[in-house]
Amino acid sequence: MGNILVFAEHQKGKFPKTTLVALQAGKEAAQKFGGSCLAAVLGAEIDGLAQEAAKYGVAKVLAVSNPALAHYLADSYAAVLSQLVTAYDISLLLATSTAVGKDLLPRVAARLGVAMASDVVAINTDGTFKRPMYAGNVIATVSLTGPIKVISVRGTAFDAAQPDGQAPIERVRVELKETKMEFVEFNETKSDRPTLTEARIVVSGGRGLKSGENFTTYLEPLVDALGAAMGASRAAVDAGFVPNDLQVGQTGKVVAPELYFAIGISGAIQHLAGMKDSKVIVAINKDPEAPIFNVADYGLVADLFKAVPELTEEIKKLKGE
Amino acid sequence: MKILVTVKRVPDPETTIRVKPDGSGIVTDNIKYVINPFDEIAIEEALRIKEKQGQGEVVLVSIGAKVASEQLRTGLAMGADRAILVLCDQELDSLGVARILAKIVEKEAPDLVLMGKQAIDDDANQAGQMLAALLNWPQATFASKVEFMDNYVQVVREVDGGLETVRFPLPGIITTDLRLNEPRYASLPGIMKARKKEIREIAVAELGIDTTPLLTVHKMDPPAKKAAGKKVESVQELVHLLHTEAKVI
Repeated sequence: MGNILVFAEHQKGKFPKTTLVALQAGKEAAQKFGGSCLAAVLGAEIDGLAQEAAKYGVAKVLAVSNPALAHYLADSYAAVLSQLVTAYDISLLLATSTAVGKDLLPRVAARLGVAMASDVVAINTDGTFKRPMYAGNVIATVSLTGPIKVISVRGTAFDAAQPDGQAPIERVRVELKETKMEFVEFNETKSDRPTLTEARIVVSGGRGLKSGENFTTYLEPLVDALGAAMGASRAAVDAGFVPNDLQVGQTGKVVAPELYFAIGISGAIQHLAGMKDSKVIVAINKDPEAPIFNVADYGLVADLFKAVPELTEEIKKLKGE
Repeated sequence: MKILVTVKRVPDPETTIRVKPDGSGIVTDNIKYVINPFDEIAIEEALRIKEKQGQGEVVLVSIGAKVASEQLRTGLAMGADRAILVLCDQELDSLGVARILAKIVEKEAPDLVLMGKQAIDDDANQAGQMLAALLNWPQATFASKVEFMDNYVQVVREVDGGLETVRFPLPGIITTDLRLNEPRYASLPGIMKARKKEIREIAVAELGIDTTPLLTVHKMDPPAKKAAGKKVESVQELVHLLHTEAKVI
């Protein structure tokens, strides 16, 4: 077995929790299969980030600094990673299946002529992987043939790596051909609330909310009383109530907070696939037969337009104590 | 503009998927098959581009058994011009799919390939990115808006924490996200016309490429069942339990 390379994605000069999860998965894989776990940090000015990555117990940080890498672009980032895989005897390349991870890793795999397993939830000692298919209705055990394996891991399936070491940093120079792609702009969703995939509490609304205005009137006060992140079911996104980046589910974000509220959400399998690993699940729905109650730890059959304002008041009372 | 759109035959997302007792696959009895929903969005976008530009050609391509012609026929009824079905009975991984598509792109020379961001059966989310790598073309995945400027295409992408805009000259690959558009239903005249449209069949062997899968599915299991929770009678009881029993607030 050769080495393991973790692509350490950064956002706004920091490593989000999803990156720490990838580092942890990489370290666990190194313990199981041997080889060293390396971390790759790509960008324009990344000295600080490379030093930060070096704290998380990897064997070495590969720092690739180049003005052309200032913004993530699939073609140039894939070119760099494929070069690193070849140069550092990598037999397992991994990243978390974030928007960047999903966009990037298949491109690297195809450049290297190898297959990839997406959204891995377990790395088994026999070299197989577990991954969901059919919107989470199936957990498949899969293997990859060939000297190089590429996997993306689900951000909720591993713990976040803890800072517990100091690894050397190697500055790597790479060949970069001119990219055909151009970054134009990034419009950040402005929010004072925590990030969906990092929040301790998530409150999601579904089609039962009936309108975007009701998300504002009924759901948001509860979200803020709890200091939670707001999410939504695909049905609510489809109906145009809220933007797609709030979508929790197989085709949206996968979350596993300590506490998850599903409000006016029936519990289609596609939604369950995105939240069923939450520690405590609360469902509020007026339909006692709604499938969401099958996964809820606490279910309340009630009209959400009455229950949610009441709940908001109770939470405020509790916090005021 | 010539646009190639990929179409995968998948189980209807409303279907309940069950794993066979021996774990060798899913139970396929009584399953209704449809166009992968993200591919349907890709077809719709291609049709809108053609309608807006007043010219062009929309070519569909599917890979699989002969029955996939049902989904191609549906796409033709929506308004696509013609279709290609690559007949292939073996299991494929995303790399194999991308290699087949690269061959079709070589033959058809489209300006743009539009694909769904993922198929809702294997949920891999790989084929578009892999095809872009094999062709060395630019890619824009998870598109929520596509605009054509003088000599490039500008795409708004749904990424973590917001929307990212990228642009590149054609040819290129775009994969669709949920909010790009709302696909049309096939009209009755559309259905009638589609009967006469061409679906050209190509045997995968004719393409002369290695499609041996490198990803093997050994076993399928149903997801672990969660123990049923309890029903509470009131908001007060709920808050009390969350505070004292679950200790999460």
